[in-house]
Amino acid sequence: MSEVDTGLLVSVLRRAAERGATAADGFLIEETSFSASVRLGQVDTVTHSREQRLSLRVFAGRASAAASTSDLSKASLERVVDEAAALARATAEDPHAGLPGSEALIDRVPDLGLSDHEAPELTPEEKIEIARRAEAAALAVDPRITNSEGAEYFDRRARYAYATSHGFARGYATSSFGITVSPVAAQNGEMQRDSWYTTARRRAALEAPEAVGRTAAERALRRLGARKVKTTEVPIIFDPDTAASLIRSIAGAASGPSLYRRASFLLERLGSRVAAAAVNLVDDGLIEAGLGSRPFDGEGLATRRTAIVEDGVLRSYLLDTYSARKLGLASTHHATRDGAGVGVGTTNLMLLPGSTSPRDLIASVKSGLYVTELIGFGVNGVTGDYSRGAAGLWIDNGELAYPVEEVTVAGNLLEMFDRIDGIGNDLVLRERTSAPTLKIARMVVAGN
Amino acid sequence: MSELDRGRPERFFSDRFNVTPALMEQLLGDNLARRVDDADIYLEYRVNEELVLEENVVKKASRHVSQGAGVRAQAGPRTGYAHTDDISIENLTEAARQARAIADRAGQSGALAVGGRGRPHDLYTLAEPPIVTELARKLDLLRKVDAACRASDPRVKQVIVTLASEDVVMLIATASGWAVGDVRPLTRLNVTAIAESDGKREIGAFGGGGRVAFDFFLEAERWRRFASEAARQAVLKLSAVDAPAGTMTVVLAPGWPGILLHEAIGHGLEGDFNRKGTSAFSGRLGQKVASELVTVVDDGTIANRRGSLNVDDEGTPTGRTVLIENGVLRGYLQDRLNARLMGMAPTGNGRRESFAHPPLPRMTNTFMLAGQDDPADILRSVQRGLYAVSFGGGQVDITSGKFVFSASEAYLIENGAVTRPVKGATLIGNGPDALTRVSRVGRDLALDEGIGTCGKDGQSVPVGVGLPTIRLDEMTVGGTAV
Repeated sequence: MSEVDTGLLVSVLRRAAERGATAADGFLIEETSFSASVRLGQVDTVTHSREQRLSLRVFAGRASAAASTSDLSKASLERVVDEAAALARATAEDPHAGLPGSEALIDRVPDLGLSDHEAPELTPEEKIEIARRAEAAALAVDPRITNSEGAEYFDRRARYAYATSHGFARGYATSSFGITVSPVAAQNGEMQRDSWYTTARRRAALEAPEAVGRTAAERALRRLGARKVKTTEVPIIFDPDTAASLIRSIAGAASGPSLYRRASFLLERLGSRVAAAAVNLVDDGLIEAGLGSRPFDGEGLATRRTAIVEDGVLRSYLLDTYSARKLGLASTHHATRDGAGVGVGTTNLMLLPGSTSPRDLIASVKSGLYVTELIGFGVNGVTGDYSRGAAGLWIDNGELAYPVEEVTVAGNLLEMFDRIDGIGNDLVLRERTSAPTLKIARMVVAGN
Repeated sequence: MSELDRGRPERFFSDRFNVTPALMEQLLGDNLARRVDDADIYLEYRVNEELVLEENVVKKASRHVSQGAGVRAQAGPRTGYAHTDDISIENLTEAARQARAIADRAGQSGALAVGGRGRPHDLYTLAEPPIVTELARKLDLLRKVDAACRASDPRVKQVIVTLASEDVVMLIATASGWAVGDVRPLTRLNVTAIAESDGKREIGAFGGGGRVAFDFFLEAERWRRFASEAARQAVLKLSAVDAPAGTMTVVLAPGWPGILLHEAIGHGLEGDFNRKGTSAFSGRLGQKVASELVTVVDDGTIANRRGSLNVDDEGTPTGRTVLIENGVLRGYLQDRLNARLMGMAPTGNGRRESFAHPPLPRMTNTFMLAGQDDPADILRSVQRGLYAVSFGGGQVDITSGKFVFSASEAYLIENGAVTRPVKGATLIGNGPDALTRVSRVGRDLALDEGIGTCGKDGQSVPVGVGLPTIRLDEMTVGGTAV
C-alpha cells in the first residue's frame, strides 16, 4: 500500500468546525486481508477482504460524541459529521473531556518496521500451499492424528491516519502474517484438539509451516488419555501462553476506565506492592516490528516504554487523556481508537523473564498442575477473584506425568501474583502480550 | 431517521446503491452459476447507536454506519468468500471473480444446492424501531435508571447504564434464483452497579432487550427492575463467602442459566463440527445423550426475541429444531453448506456477524422444555449443593466436549434450604455427559431477558437461551474453599 493520505480526515475535521465543533479528531483505517484455510489437504475457505472505517470524535465545548462510517462517500461523511455534532450537543458537559494539549503530540513518526516492504507478493495458490504444508506436517506426526479442524494462512495490510483540529495529521502502515494449525488426535474413542500458531509483522519472521504443524500435533497428542484429578490445593505452573492471559488481567485492572469507575482490584494501589518482588511488568510500544508496536497512540501521543510493575510494586497505570484527567494524572499514551471512540489498550505487554529454566520450575514441584489451556470467563476485575476451566499435565515428583482435563483452577489474582515463586527464562514475544513460564506457589484445583 | 428507508430491503439497496436482485442474479449467473455448487451475494447496511451514562453524565454517545457486500462461491466443501465495504456493481463483480477463483481450481462436485426457499417470518415489524427513537427520550431513560439504581441501596457508588440499538437491512440473492431481504431491529439496555462497603467492592450487572421498540423498557417499568437487580447483585456479593470446590449437586435457576445448554450441547450439535467429525457428538444421532427428562430445542421463530430471525443470513427461513427429545439426540443445526454435504435439510441456522464474514451454523434461541416438578421441591431435595441463579460467560472445547460457565450469582444449598451467597464459581463439565446428570426438571421454563452474544470463529451473533429450574447431580464446582 502506498503512503497514508490524511487529506480526507483533514477535510472532515474542517466540516466539523463549520458545524460548530470547538475541537475534533479523527482516525482512518484502511485494511486489506486475505486468508486461506485448508482441511485434510483440501482447500476449505478462501477469503479476500477490503475494509475501511473513519471514526470521528467531536467536542462542543466540554461535551463530546463519536461517530463512524465505513462509507467514505462525500454524502456519507457529511452525514457522519452532522450526526456527531448533533449528538455532542445532546450530551452533557464533562469537565475532563477534551483533546490532549497540542504540545504533547508527536512531531516525527518513527519507523518501527511495522510494514513488510520486502515480502514478495504471493499468489493465492502459494498462500494455500503454506497452509497445506503446515497441516500436512501435523497429520504426518503420528497415526493418532486422525482428523483436523484445518490450517490457515493469513496476511493483512493496514494503513492508519490520525488528525486533530489543532493541526496534527500523521499516519503509518502495518502488515501482519500468520499460520495456525488445529489437528485432532484420537485414541480409544477419545478426541482431543489443540492448535499452534505463528504470527509476525514480516512474512520472513514466521516460523516454518512444518514446525507449526508439528508443534500443534504434539500438543494435541499429549492431551490423549486426559483425566480429572481430585480436588486439592497445589503449586500451579502456567505455560507461557496461559501466563500471558494472567498478565492481560493485570493490565485490564490497571487501565484508566476500570480505575475511575472504581471497578478494579488495583484501585489506590499505585506505589504499593501488588506482586512478588521478582515481578516486573512492562509495556513497550517501540519494539522493532513488534506485534503491538505503534508510533503514536490513538490521540497522537508518542508511544513509549512503561514500567507498570517494578520489583512487585505498581508503578504506573495505563491511561488515555480522559481517564488521566479524571484521576488527576498524566496520560501514559495508551489511548486506542475503535469505531466507538477512545479507549485504553496495551502495546507490547510483557512479564520480564527470570533466570530459571521451565524444566527446573517443573522439577521444583512434587505434586501440581502444569496448565496449557484456560477456558471460560471466570475473572472478576473488581475483586480479582479468579476461577477458570483448565487443561494441562499433572506434575508428579518434578516430571510431567499425565494429561489432565475438566478441572478448574481458582484463587484471587492479587494473592496469585503475591505467591509467584518462580519465573521462567523463556520469554518469547509471540503475541502482543507475552510471558515466560510462571509458577504460583499454590492454588485450588477443583475436580473429583 | 429519514436516511434509512424502512421499506423493503430490495428497494433500499436499489435506491441507495443501484443494486437490484435482478442484477445480483445476473452477476451470479455470469460469473458463478455453472461453475460451482452454490453461490450467493449478501448485501448489508447497518446503523448502530450506543449511549453510555456514567457518573450521572452521558459519557459516550456514538453512532456508526457500516455497509458492505459479501460474495460466496462453493464447490464441494470449498468456500471462496470475498467482501467489500464499497457496494457497487464493479466491486461486486471483482468480489465474484475472487470468490470464483477457488471454484475454478476445484471444479464442480455435482448436485446444486437446494435454495433456502420458503416464506420468511414476520417476527419483529415495529412501528418505531429503537434506532429512530428520539435521543432525548433515551437519555431521559438512562438518567432514570441511574437514579433508581443508586436509590435502591446506599452502598451503590457507581452506575454505568448502556443503551445499544441497531438496525440492519440485509438482502441475499442465491445462485438458484432466490432473493430475500430482512430488516432487523435490535436493542439492549444494560445496567452495571459497583457497590462498596467497609473497603470491599463488588460488581453487579443486569440487562435485557430484544428485537423490540424502545417502549419495551418502559413496560411495567422494566427499566426499574433492571436497575434494582444490578444493585441487588452487587450488594449481595459484598457478603458472599468463598465458593466451594469439588463435586456436588447443582440446581440451576430458570432463564439465563440455559447458557448450560448453549455450551454443553448446542455448539457440539452445529453442522460444521459434525460434518467434519470433530465434535464430541459426531455420529451420535439417535443415541441417548441426556436424561429422558430432557428435551432441548433451538427456535429462531419466537416473536421479538434477541436470537430470532425472519430468515437466516443465507435466506433460509428460521425454524424450530428439536436437538434432544426425551434424552435422545435428534438433530443438528445446519447452514446450506453443511446440510448439502451431509445430505440433510438446512434448518435456518446459517448466520454471520456481518457482510465481512461467511455464514456458519449457529444457534438462535436454545432452551429446554418445561418438566413437571415444583421448583421449590427441587431445591428442598438437595442436602448440600450449589444454587446458581445467574451467569457470566461460558466456553466449550467442541472436540473434547469440556465446557465451563461462570456463576455471577450463586448460593449454597444446605439441608434443602438456600443459605449463604457464594463468590463467582465456575462450573465445569463434559457436554455428552452433563445432561445425563439431570435428575429433576421444573415446570417453570423461562427465556432469558435478551442479553446473549455468542462467539465462534471470531464472529459474534445475538442469541437467546432458556431453562426451567433443573437439578444436576455430581457437577464439578470450581471454587476456592476445599
